[in-house]
Amino acid sequence: MKRREFNKLLLAGMAVPGMELLRNGMAYAQTPAGGLISLLAPEPPMLVLSLNQQQPTIVVGSKMFESLLDYDFDLTPRPQLADSWEMSEDGLTYTFHLVKNAKWHDGVPFTAHDVVFNCSVMLMEVHPRARTIFERCESIVAADDHTVVFKLKEPFGPFIYAFEVDSAPMAPKHIYEGTDYKNNPANEHPIGTGPFMFKEWARGSHIHLVANPDYYRQGKPGLTEIFFRVVPDAASRSVAMETGEAQLAGWNDVENFDVQRLAAMPHLEFTTKGYEFASPLLWYECNLRKEPFNDLRFRKAMMHLLDRDFAVERIMFGLAAPATGPIASTTKFFEPDLPRYEFSVEKANAILDEMGLKKGADGNRLTIRFLVVPAGEMWTRFAEYFRQAMAAGGIEVVLETTDIAGWGQSIANWDYEVSNNMLYQLGDPAIGVARSYISSNIRKGILFTNTQGYQNAEVDRLFAEAAVQTSEAARQELYSKVQRILVEELPVLWMTEQRYATLHDKRIVDLIVSATGVNSNFASARYA
Amino acid sequence: MRLLRRLLARVAGIAFSIFVIATINFTLVHSAPGDPALVIAGQSGATDAKFIEQVRAEYGLDKPFMIQLGTYLGKVARMDLGYSHRQRRQVSDLILERLGPTLLLMLSAFFLSLVGGVVFGALSGRRQGTWADLAISLVSLLLYATPVFWLGLMLVLVFSIQLEWLPAFGYANIHAAGYGAFEYARDVASHLILPAITLSAIYMAVYTRLMRSSLIEVAHEDHVRTARAKGLTEAAIRRRHMLRNAAVPVVTFAGLQAGALIGGSVVVETVFAWPGLGRLIFDAVTARDYPVLLGLFLVTSMLVIAVNLLTDLIHRLVDPRVAVR
Repeated sequence: MKRREFNKLLLAGMAVPGMELLRNGMAYAQTPAGGLISLLAPEPPMLVLSLNQQQPTIVVGSKMFESLLDYDFDLTPRPQLADSWEMSEDGLTYTFHLVKNAKWHDGVPFTAHDVVFNCSVMLMEVHPRARTIFERCESIVAADDHTVVFKLKEPFGPFIYAFEVDSAPMAPKHIYEGTDYKNNPANEHPIGTGPFMFKEWARGSHIHLVANPDYYRQGKPGLTEIFFRVVPDAASRSVAMETGEAQLAGWNDVENFDVQRLAAMPHLEFTTKGYEFASPLLWYECNLRKEPFNDLRFRKAMMHLLDRDFAVERIMFGLAAPATGPIASTTKFFEPDLPRYEFSVEKANAILDEMGLKKGADGNRLTIRFLVVPAGEMWTRFAEYFRQAMAAGGIEVVLETTDIAGWGQSIANWDYEVSNNMLYQLGDPAIGVARSYISSNIRKGILFTNTQGYQNAEVDRLFAEAAVQTSEAARQELYSKVQRILVEELPVLWMTEQRYATLHDKRIVDLIVSATGVNSNFASARYA
Repeated sequence: MRLLRRLLARVAGIAFSIFVIATINFTLVHSAPGDPALVIAGQSGATDAKFIEQVRAEYGLDKPFMIQLGTYLGKVARMDLGYSHRQRRQVSDLILERLGPTLLLMLSAFFLSLVGGVVFGALSGRRQGTWADLAISLVSLLLYATPVFWLGLMLVLVFSIQLEWLPAFGYANIHAAGYGAFEYARDVASHLILPAITLSAIYMAVYTRLMRSSLIEVAHEDHVRTARAKGLTEAAIRRRHMLRNAAVPVVTFAGLQAGALIGGSVVVETVFAWPGLGRLIFDAVTARDYPVLLGLFLVTSMLVIAVNLLTDLIHRLVDPRVAVR
C-alpha cells in the first residue's frame, strides 16, 4: 500500500463516525395504522399451538388458532368456535354446536370432523395435557357437520375447562391427518381459524400477522395487523413501551420493579386482569423424603419464618397476593376460611427448640441446600429472601445455582432439598391443583408432578371424588375439606398468588376481555 | 509449487482443528446436566412420561454416547449441520439467516474499534503530556472499565429516549419489507450505529492505549532519528516513519481479539435485540438445543479463523514487509 492510500484509509476511518453523527434526527415510533405492535420474549421455537405450549408460542399462536371456548374473568365459559353447548343430566355427555361459517385460513370450511380429529387423534399424540383429559372420553363423534358429542367414561366436573385455546387448540384435519405432525410443512406457515393469519416470521426480529378478512364473527377483527417484536432484554422492553415502539406487554415482559413507573405513563393502560385462567400459585417446595423436611413441625416452623406480605411488597412490588392454601382466590372452589400461619419468629424458634434442634457455636441449628430457580430476577430474590428468613430461626441456607435444564433435572429426579416452584391452576382444581398433591402423581423424572413426594390417602380420595362430581356445591364441600387438610399438613409452603401486569397503548380498547388475557385471540381489540 | 504445498498444509491444519473442535464441543455439550425434554416441559408447565420419551427419541439421546458422537462427526465431514427438532428447521438455515446481521455488526465494530483506536491513539501519543492526551487517556480508561450492557443502555437512554435520533433496538423497521434498496440500507445503518459503537467501545479503548504507547516507543527508534537528521519535516516523519510502524502491534492484537468480539456480541445482541448468532447461541444453550449449539460452535470457530486471515491481510497493507517475508 502506498503512503497516500494509507492516509486515505485513515481519513475514511475518521469520516465514517462523522457521517453517522450528521444523520438527521428522526422519530422512530413505528405505529402502524390500525395495527398493534406487541412485545415478545423469548422467541418461540414454533407457532403451532398443538405441538408446543410454551408461553410465547401461546401468545402468538392464540391469534391464529382457536378452541371451542373462551372464558370470562369469572371463568364462565363463552363461545369461540362453539356457539352453544349442553351437558346431559348424568354429566357424561357434552354436546357442542359449532359456528357454521368458520373457515380455515386456506378457505376450507371448519367442521365437526376437525374437532373429532383433534381431540381423539392428533392432540392425543402430541399434547401432554390434552392427552390426560381426552383419555377420559369413551367416544368423540360428529353428530353432523356442526355438532360434536363427547361421551365420558365417568363424570368429570372440569371437562368444560378442557376447551381453552392452549389446552385444546384446533388444527386443520385436511392438512395434518395421516402426516408426521411434527414435520408437516404447514408448521412453517400455520393455518388456523383465528382472526389473524400468518404473514411472515423474520427470525430474531418479529412475527407479522394480518387480519383474516373471512373471520366468522361479523365486523371482527378490529385491528388490521399484529407485529410481535422479539426483544430479549428486559430493559430494552421497558424502553420500547416508553417510546411507543411497542404497544403491548404482558406476562413477564416488564420487570416487576418497572411496572409502576410505566403504569403511570399517560399513554399506557395498566391492568392485572386476564390471568384468571392461569392464576399461578408460587411456593417453596421441600423434598419430603429427606430429613428434616419429613417432620411436619419443621415445615410449620419454616412457614412461621416466612412473611408473605413482605414477599408481596418487596419481591413482587404489589403484583401478587399472599397465598393462603393450595387453591388460588381468583379461581373456583377457593376456601377463604382456612387457618393461617402468621409471621412469627418466636413461634418458629419455639417449635425448633421443641424439636431438639440446638443452636451450634455459630448460632445455626442446621444447614439446608436451596436450589435457585434460574428463570430471572424474581426467582433469585425469592431464594435470597428464603435464606434471610430462615436465618432468623437459626437455619443456614446454602444457595445453589444451575441453569434451567439442570434445575428441571434435579427437581424431576427428586435430587434437591428446597426450591421454588410455580404451577398454573388452569381453571379448575381437578386439572391444575390435584396434580401436585395426589400420590398417584408421584412420578420420577417428570416435572410438575407431586415432586415433593406428599402422600395422604384421604387427600387422594377427596380429590378423586371431587373430580367426578358434577354438582358445584358437592365439589365445593370436598375441595374445602381437602384445603383444610393440606393447610394443616403443608405439603409445600405456599407464598404468593401471582398477578401479572398487562400494559398497553391507551388508544386500543377491548384488548383484554377474558380470563385468558393476552393469550386470547384479540378479535374484539380495536382503536377507540 | 512450494506455495501450493504450503496452502495444502494450511487447509489440512484447519480441517484437523475443526474436527478436534467438533469432538470437544460434542463431548462438552453432552456432559452438561439437563435434558431438552425437561427444558421444554419447564417452559410449558406440563409434561408426561410419553412426551419425555418422544423428545429423547427425536434428539437421539436414547442411543449410546459413542454412536451419537460417530453420527455427529460423520455429518460434520459431509458439511451437514443437522436438524433442530426444537425449531423444526435445518440448522444451516437457522445459522445462515443470522450470519448476515452478525457479520455486519462484528465487522463494523472490528473496523470502528481499529480505526478509532489508531486515530485516537496517534493523536494522544503525538501530544504526549498535553490536555488532549490526558482527555483521551481518561476517556479510554473509562470506556475500558464500563460494562458493555450498561454502556448500551446509556446510549439508548440518550440517543433513543431523550434525543429520539436513533432507534433503540432491532435490525430494521418492521415495515422495512416495503422499502427501496437505498431506504432499507439507510434504515439498517441507523439501527447499526448504537450496537456497533457499544460493541467496539471497549476494544477501541484498548487499541487507543496500545497505539499511544506504541507510537511513543517508535518515536525513540533509530530510523526516526535518521529521518529527522535527513531534514524531513515532522509531519512527514510522523506519516511515513512512525504511524505505520506503530500500527502493526495494534493490528496483531485486534486479530487476537476476534474471538472475544464474538463473545461480546452475545450481550450486545441481547440488549439491542439484534437478530444475530450471539442470541442464537444464548437461546440454544438455555433450551439445550444440541444440534443448533454444535453447529454454532463450529461456525463461530470458523469465523475466528476467517477474521484471523483478514487480520493477516490488513497486516500486509499496513506493513508491506510481511508480504515479502
